[in-house]
Amino acid sequence: MIVRILGEGQLEIPDSAVDELNQLDQAVESAVEQSDEAAFAPALAALLARIRAVGSPVKADDLRPSELIIPQPDATMDDVRKLLTDEGLIPG
Amino acid sequence: MGVMKRVTMVFRAKANKALDRMEDPRETLDYSYQTQLELLQKVRRGVADVATSRKRLELQVNQLNQQATKLDRQARDSLAAGREDLAREALTRKAGLQSQLQDLQTQYESLQGEEEKLTQASQRLQAKVDAFRTRKETIKATYTAAEAQTRINEAFSGISEEMSDVGMAIQRAEDKTAQMQARAGALDELMASGALDDLVSGPHDDIQAELDRMGAGHGVDRELEQMKRELSQSAPPQLEGASPNGASAASAIEQAAPVEQAEPVGHAEPVEAEPVEAEPVEPAEAREPE
Repeated sequence: MIVRILGEGQLEIPDSAVDELNQLDQAVESAVEQSDEAAFAPALAALLARIRAVGSPVKADDLRPSELIIPQPDATMDDVRKLLTDEGLIPG
Repeated sequence: MGVMKRVTMVFRAKANKALDRMEDPRETLDYSYQTQLELLQKVRRGVADVATSRKRLELQVNQLNQQATKLDRQARDSLAAGREDLAREALTRKAGLQSQLQDLQTQYESLQGEEEKLTQASQRLQAKVDAFRTRKETIKATYTAAEAQTRINEAFSGISEEMSDVGMAIQRAEDKTAQMQARAGALDELMASGALDDLVSGPHDDIQAELDRMGAGHGVDRELEQMKRELSQSAPPQLEGASPNGASAASAIEQAAPVEQAEPVGHAEPVEAEPVEAEPVEPAEAREPE
């Protein structure tokens, strides 16, 4: 499946990796929900590291949409909250 | 559900909303292509803006580096002249400069990273826009069946996702650049106003002045002596004459001019010079005694 890292582009990851990524993703989500700043950054970094490890870049002229989108590496919890409410998306 | 899925849904919802607004899907394709081209322009401008900011920061770093080098040299000179106090002062100021430099360096690297990311984003978007144009023409040519709608949807959400991503990246870069420009502007102003001199080049003023005084001290004394000798030889009367009379400065000049010129040239020129200077002098002289 295709995963997008915001600001960096898309990666193709094997389906076998999805469960593991979902677990890492849960850690990010619970950090955001509990406003746990200390847990957030390492959780996001761990998720990104795993995606990069298992993924290979999608060609730039591939028009397929991503099945999963992950916030940019330097995203703050505030950035992520905005992404979840589409407040952070550029209109148009 | 997980952050990734939720973020993706938000992106999809946004693309679908835009798609739903269009009555004829083919219209969507053309309209979207137009928007894509505009966004490409915007990314390229963004790259240029970041580059400009980066270069400006580079100039400032160079300036501060030069000042740090100067302070270092002054510290050495001071030490060589046996002035440890001056050397210490110069080094203290250099340390202050260096913390500023480190700060600028960090910002510089962050801008560089931003520039690189935007450049790559611009290349990715360009490739996707080209792919979209090709796909759009194909879809339009074969647009008869309902299945075309699916292909349009896919191409549209693919490009729309890229556009949202790039759009946000530009926004982030613009924010960072604006912050940086404000800071660079403030630094420029400080440098221009001389306020930063206390921290930065001011040291060079007093430390250098002291060094110069030490180095040139004898020369100045010698020159002073020589000047005194020259004056006492060439024009003793006007020095005595000017103050006791209580005459104006202008009248002193009036007297000085012929005397000075009399020595090398003779009487021809003072005659020419006198009327010119005498004119403003006369009314002044007339007023002062009153």
